[in-house]
Amino acid sequence: MRIRITYQKYGALLYTSTLDVQTIWERSVRRAGLNLQYSQGFHPQPRIQIANPLPLGFIGSHELIDIWLADEFNSAEIINLLNSALPEGMQVLEVEIIEENGPSLPKQIEASQYRVDLLNTDDNPDKISVLAQDILTKDVLPRVRNRKSYDLRPLIQALEVQISESGNTVILLKMPSNSSQTGRPEEVMAELGIPMEDFRVTRTNLVFSGKYA
Amino acid sequence: MTDKDSIQTFLDRYLLTITKPGRYVGGEFNQICKDWEQTALHFAFAFPDVYDIGLPNLGMSILYDQINQREDALAERAYAPWEDMEMLMRSHAIPLFSLESKQPLRNFDVIGFSLPYETLYTNMLNMLDLSGIPLHTDERTNDDPLILAGGHACFNPEPMHAFIDAFVIGEGEEIIHEVAEVFKAHKRAGEPRIALLKALDTLPGIYIPSFFEVEYQSDGLIKEIRNIEKPEKSYIQKRIVKKLPKPVTNFLVPNVKAVNERAVIEIMRGCSRGCRFCQAGMITRPVRERPAAEILEALEESIQSTGYEEVSLLSLSSSDHSQIADIIPQVMQMSESKNVSFSLPSLRVESFGPELIASMQGKRKGNFTIAPEAGSDVMRTRINKSIDSQDILDTATQIFKMGWTNLKLYFMIGFPDETLEDVQGIVDLTRQVRSIGKQLVGGRVKIHISVNTLIPKAHTAFQWLPFSEKESVLEKYRLIQSGLKNTGIKLDWPDYDNSMLEIWLSRGDRRLSAVIEAAWRGGARFDAWHEYYDVNIWQQAFESTKIDPDFYSTRSRCTEEILPWDHIHTGVSKKYLLNELEKSRALETTADCRQVCHGCGIQANYAISCENIRTGVQ
Repeated sequence: MRIRITYQKYGALLYTSTLDVQTIWERSVRRAGLNLQYSQGFHPQPRIQIANPLPLGFIGSHELIDIWLADEFNSAEIINLLNSALPEGMQVLEVEIIEENGPSLPKQIEASQYRVDLLNTDDNPDKISVLAQDILTKDVLPRVRNRKSYDLRPLIQALEVQISESGNTVILLKMPSNSSQTGRPEEVMAELGIPMEDFRVTRTNLVFSGKYA
Repeated sequence: MTDKDSIQTFLDRYLLTITKPGRYVGGEFNQICKDWEQTALHFAFAFPDVYDIGLPNLGMSILYDQINQREDALAERAYAPWEDMEMLMRSHAIPLFSLESKQPLRNFDVIGFSLPYETLYTNMLNMLDLSGIPLHTDERTNDDPLILAGGHACFNPEPMHAFIDAFVIGEGEEIIHEVAEVFKAHKRAGEPRIALLKALDTLPGIYIPSFFEVEYQSDGLIKEIRNIEKPEKSYIQKRIVKKLPKPVTNFLVPNVKAVNERAVIEIMRGCSRGCRFCQAGMITRPVRERPAAEILEALEESIQSTGYEEVSLLSLSSSDHSQIADIIPQVMQMSESKNVSFSLPSLRVESFGPELIASMQGKRKGNFTIAPEAGSDVMRTRINKSIDSQDILDTATQIFKMGWTNLKLYFMIGFPDETLEDVQGIVDLTRQVRSIGKQLVGGRVKIHISVNTLIPKAHTAFQWLPFSEKESVLEKYRLIQSGLKNTGIKLDWPDYDNSMLEIWLSRGDRRLSAVIEAAWRGGARFDAWHEYYDVNIWQQAFESTKIDPDFYSTRSRCTEEILPWDHIHTGVSKKYLLNELEKSRALETTADCRQVCHGCGIQANYAISCENIRTGVQ
């Protein structure tokens, strides 16, 4: 059976890369006593598909993964078994049984929504709002990453500055995460002049492309 | 903010600015977090290398498990921070902390350092310094943790005597509980530190270096090693457990890459072969086998509790386990049914028959490793490796017939009375193995040989021998290199200077504490990493302390001289080792002691029967 899991990634798991997250899923499924399906061939691989890589250090509050299991269970059983087998910092929120041969999960993802929390209480939200507005009015935003120059502007699909309930400044972003383009929130933060140690990024949602939504 | 909170805040803010931040957060599956306030005794186990290397260490896993099984104690862990993290911690004045509760290490009662090899010593000093704990045992006060150390390198504890309050000599599973009891009583009584050391000194296997004094002669040799606390106690005998305790199965499963990620079950401790160069074989006697049923049960349990995709059996010589022929097929069957792979290192040509190779068929065909150790039959007689070249060729034939294509061979040079003919034997044997492979598997055959230089280690028959001079080593390597030219055989050998540190530190005396400290102050860190080890720092450290490094390396030792580790007893007598050295010179072998007892001293010193201990008859 194929299941789609919605999970959170936080705490000590923030510093685990997507490749290692894949391993964590394999091991957690084994600990949970669930059997994964394996691919055919000389080196059978477990059938697991992570929707979209979550960058190191980002909290994931609504991540998705598809897993093919060898045996049938109901969703509630799977949630219980997995949550007792996952390490601290990863938790299953929802399990949905989906069509075995439906389209691949990564291909369905179009974009990501992020929330960036600023950590310093003396950040000036008005000043940041002005900078953000300034970015949005621009047609091009040339930047250099890994010695390659590119235009950041078309990758910013949404950018909004808010004040959270606790009074801290929060930046909401939507950027593409698909096979042709990946937008990086930390690049926007660099454009806003906020250093890495002064903010924390949460991916709040994965946005499906129109034809799968 | 408490120490703990400020450490957590620091991590949240800055971890993303350094490489591999997952090394510093803990949170592994099977990690044990107890309530700090509600638990009486706080142990930290520290491994002086980076997380990726330290995490899989079995000794650490065992002690972590032993202490955490106690109601009254907790055990947490720390590893050496990588250089970028060290800089970051120093610039923010963050002390070294435990991964579980993020408590500064200096808040623990006991810090147990794991010292399996000597090249970790400078990292250990660095970890003490980063913890804000005085480096020298004589500078510590009642407020400082007790600094313990154990592991194979501690069989010559002297070079580290200035930094460690108490060494555990030998196996730790039982004694760690006795240390816990002593500490608990001490804490309750609120006595001064010296009273704690005196109480620990009553435990068999504990060595308190400050209770001993070493006097030197004008020529630099040791005149006398004496116990100034209890003159009648002239030596420390290593600790053994008579029966292997139940193996650890709830291994910590890392969230980031480590060097080994698998469930490991120790199937046997000790070795009965008596290879004359092998320190592990001498210091881990007597042999104790774990019963087949317990091994199988532990493997299943460990797969269940870790979810690991690989299991491995550990021992110095797995094929010598009396039930190995039953164990391997059962493990293979279990691993197949659970979709996990299985690795079995440390097989020996002597006991590795065709049936055993056949039983491993179907296993993924990776590298196969055999260790002829020496190239000629004569040299193998000298080192008491009781196989001849024909045995090696027969085994290679079997291996290729079963479908393996990659074979790795381990050799050593620098043995006593070694001639260039013996070295040429390495070339000849390797070439013969290659032709067999070519015949059986054709062009796919890959031969890889690794040639190390003998480090004559403490507590072995070769402990009196010098380390080879550089010129002689280079000459031998050139011979091997030219002999293997255009054969496609891959040859590995260590850089001469890279071996020096292990030589000095494993054969050194108390005077080396000053050298180690000078090297650490000179910037030495991660000496086990070839890209970080800098021999110049060490040479300067020897110069600045006016100590001659050659005294410990290329100097031949007279058999009457008092060796720095003579007061540390492994249970194998010095007389036995000396006799083995003489037999090596006379080209005599010593049979596997399961066949006949050679009186090495183990049975007498522990009042045991090796045969009963091996098979678990109490």
